[in-house]
Amino acid sequence: MLAQQLLNGLFSGAVYALFALGFTLMFGVLGVINLTYGFYFSTGAFVALYATQYLHMPIFVALPFAAVVTGLIAIVIDDLLLGPLRRAKAPELSSLMVTLGATLLLYSLMTAWFTTDIRRFPPAVFNGGAFEIEGLRITLSQILIVVTVAIIVGGLAFLLQRTKLGLAIRALAENGDTAQLMGVNAGGIVRLVSFISGALGGAAGVLIGLNYNAIQPYMGEMMMLKGFAVIILGGLGDIRGAVLAGLILGILETLTAGYFASSMKDAVGFLLLVLTLWLRPVGLFGRVVAKRA
Amino acid sequence: MMHALENFLFTYQSLIYALGVNSLLALSMYVVLAVGQLSLGQAAFMGVGAYSSALLTVKFGVPFPGALVVAAAAPSLLAFVIGAPTLRLSGVYLAIATIGLGEVLRIFFLNWDYAGGALGLNGIPEQAGFIWIFGALAIALTGLVAICRSRVGRAMEAIRADEAAAGVMGVNLPAYKLAALVVSAAIAGVAGAFNAHVSSFIGPNEYGFDAVVTILSFALLGGIGSPFGPVLGALVLTALPEVLRPLHDYRLVINGFIIVCVVIYLPGGLLPWRIGRIGARK
Amino acid sequence: MSDPLLEVEDLSVRFRGLTALSGVTFTVSKGSVHGLIGPNGAGKTTAFNLISGMTPQTSGTVRLNGTALDGLPTYARTARGLARTFQNVRMFREMSALENVMAGAHLRTPGKLGAILFRLPTFRAQEKQAVAQAREILSFVGLADQAERPGGDLAYGDQRRLEIARALASDPKLLMLDEPAAGMNPSEKLGLIDLIAKLRTRGLALLLVEHDMHFVMKLCDRITVLNFGAKIAEGAPLDVRTNPTVIEAYLGAKVAHGLEAKA
Repeated sequence: MLAQQLLNGLFSGAVYALFALGFTLMFGVLGVINLTYGFYFSTGAFVALYATQYLHMPIFVALPFAAVVTGLIAIVIDDLLLGPLRRAKAPELSSLMVTLGATLLLYSLMTAWFTTDIRRFPPAVFNGGAFEIEGLRITLSQILIVVTVAIIVGGLAFLLQRTKLGLAIRALAENGDTAQLMGVNAGGIVRLVSFISGALGGAAGVLIGLNYNAIQPYMGEMMMLKGFAVIILGGLGDIRGAVLAGLILGILETLTAGYFASSMKDAVGFLLLVLTLWLRPVGLFGRVVAKRA
Repeated sequence: MMHALENFLFTYQSLIYALGVNSLLALSMYVVLAVGQLSLGQAAFMGVGAYSSALLTVKFGVPFPGALVVAAAAPSLLAFVIGAPTLRLSGVYLAIATIGLGEVLRIFFLNWDYAGGALGLNGIPEQAGFIWIFGALAIALTGLVAICRSRVGRAMEAIRADEAAAGVMGVNLPAYKLAALVVSAAIAGVAGAFNAHVSSFIGPNEYGFDAVVTILSFALLGGIGSPFGPVLGALVLTALPEVLRPLHDYRLVINGFIIVCVVIYLPGGLLPWRIGRIGARK
Repeated sequence: MSDPLLEVEDLSVRFRGLTALSGVTFTVSKGSVHGLIGPNGAGKTTAFNLISGMTPQTSGTVRLNGTALDGLPTYARTARGLARTFQNVRMFREMSALENVMAGAHLRTPGKLGAILFRLPTFRAQEKQAVAQAREILSFVGLADQAERPGGDLAYGDQRRLEIARALASDPKLLMLDEPAAGMNPSEKLGLIDLIAKLRTRGLALLLVEHDMHFVMKLCDRITVLNFGAKIAEGAPLDVRTNPTVIEAYLGAKVAHGLEAKA
């Protein structure tokens, strides 16, 4: 029983990690806490829903499709909201506030359009069912989750550490002005990072939507709190931290739901958040506490 | 004349109460923004104030003034606990911690059957009224105005402008930031108690994310140069949906839109005037 | 050496493997003007940040008037009589020059909360006095006519003066100036030299970081030279100027040996 719990926790943790990745990337590279990120989560799920329902795409195609579409939407929104602030060199909190307002705006619009009804993927998507290995039950969607997350994390790590583009991204994250003086195309990189973040959030949305087979506009909002806990526990801007912290949260949540009460599950994230802030604000792998000198 | 006035007050009673309560909430947001902090716990503090005072009056028959004191004290204590560790960190952490707080409290009230759980708390006696609400508002406003026109106000503005430089000048940063958070929590708690005792019902979903972002929009729209700005913002944004009926359903959309526009295009808000200014007339 | 005011003992700081300062020791005497010089990257501003409490040290002690400042946050050090300016001017741009200085006097302005809230006569009198004192400081630094202008509108040289005025307002025993002459034209610099000479008459001690050698040589009683985070020389201006180690640090070994050969 415990093993099954741990396994389930690992899978949901993997999705948290994926979600947190895009979030922490935006903060690490662009220095913004982008609250519209949760909206991308919901968007990804809805795009995948419509892709499978009306375009009859198989889920393996719908997933990357939704990710790409969400990434493109992210570029547009980020440009509109954060572009002017970047140019005006506005203080850190301005980006937080603007994305806060935008989040409210976007969610309300989405709810007005789609209503708060819970939607489900068409049954054809779930023909796989589940596998049994040594008494442990693993569903097809869970396998999809692990494979996707592994590919993405691996790909992202490779991009950042081994490619010239990744170097440019990291340079921009360290010191934007200097990087630009050295010829880094800041505008292009910023858009790329927006795209990647949006795509990651969207992909996470599809996967969670699949896992629980429930899609509604505010699902992203609920994810955000957990996203916060993960990136703070992992360390703002750190990728390994996001992955590890995501897994930890997933496992702890599942254990809480299993051994205490299901309704308390959501409070685990916040408790982790508060504990981290109390004991070790930089998180597991955080380098420096985000402070403007 | 008096009769017409009485009629007017009666018809628009809930609107007038809302104007007062929202103005108090806007002031609570002002206090933290004035020291350069972004606390998004105002709605949660309001909820704590509302629930604690309502439970006391409904279940224990505590007289309203007593309940009001608790409504101010309980959120203050909570603010102290949440705020203390985040003081030495950047504002982003406080914002995140307070958003998280709001969510957790919402879940807590949702599951707490003693307080009505998802169905909320019913039958709250109508103890607050025009005098309580606007009296408190007047007191809060005068107090804040007085503080702004003193060394405390200058210190607050210094922290807002450049925290490190303010520290070098001897301003006790942690003390000011924590005090601002606690005071804002107390004001929000009191507003919550008033709100509970003019509507006979409160529910856990009234104090969530949407609520706090709305409160933020009051403060940002009005401008935080003086305590009057946020109050103006609250008055405008509370009255507008009443005046323009069709807008009522799109309230949240508009609030979000306003925040976006104000932050990008009008950072000073409607009332960029700085209170207590000596010189520096542009 | 007369009364020590600031004692820096064996101060070291390491940032993730990089040793920015190692074992730096020097003393600033009461009422003296002490210079801290060295090539770029020597650790001068780091030393300032350590002494003023903006960065914690890895080891070593800083004492002001005999009491250790270690572990105290910046504002507590200011309360004990330490004030500083910044390399890039950190002005409160929206506030007027007068308000900037009044803000600087935060610790010296009494004001109980009760008196503030009820606008008692004591409060009004204190406010009046605060304004008067701020004006006095502004005329001392020569900015009396700019009092009402927003800090951000002042000319660069005046902004630096304003920063000094603001630091003065906290009535410090030690005033730390981080490159006060940076970016100034020759006439502004002359004015600054006069101002700093005037500051001595107020009984303050001054610790200066500066690159302008003429400035340093003219004003300082004593100079400490840093290079690569360590102290390489110390003494009266004339001694430091002709010290071969110092010359080598600034101009390189070749030039230093060349000069030595000539001497």
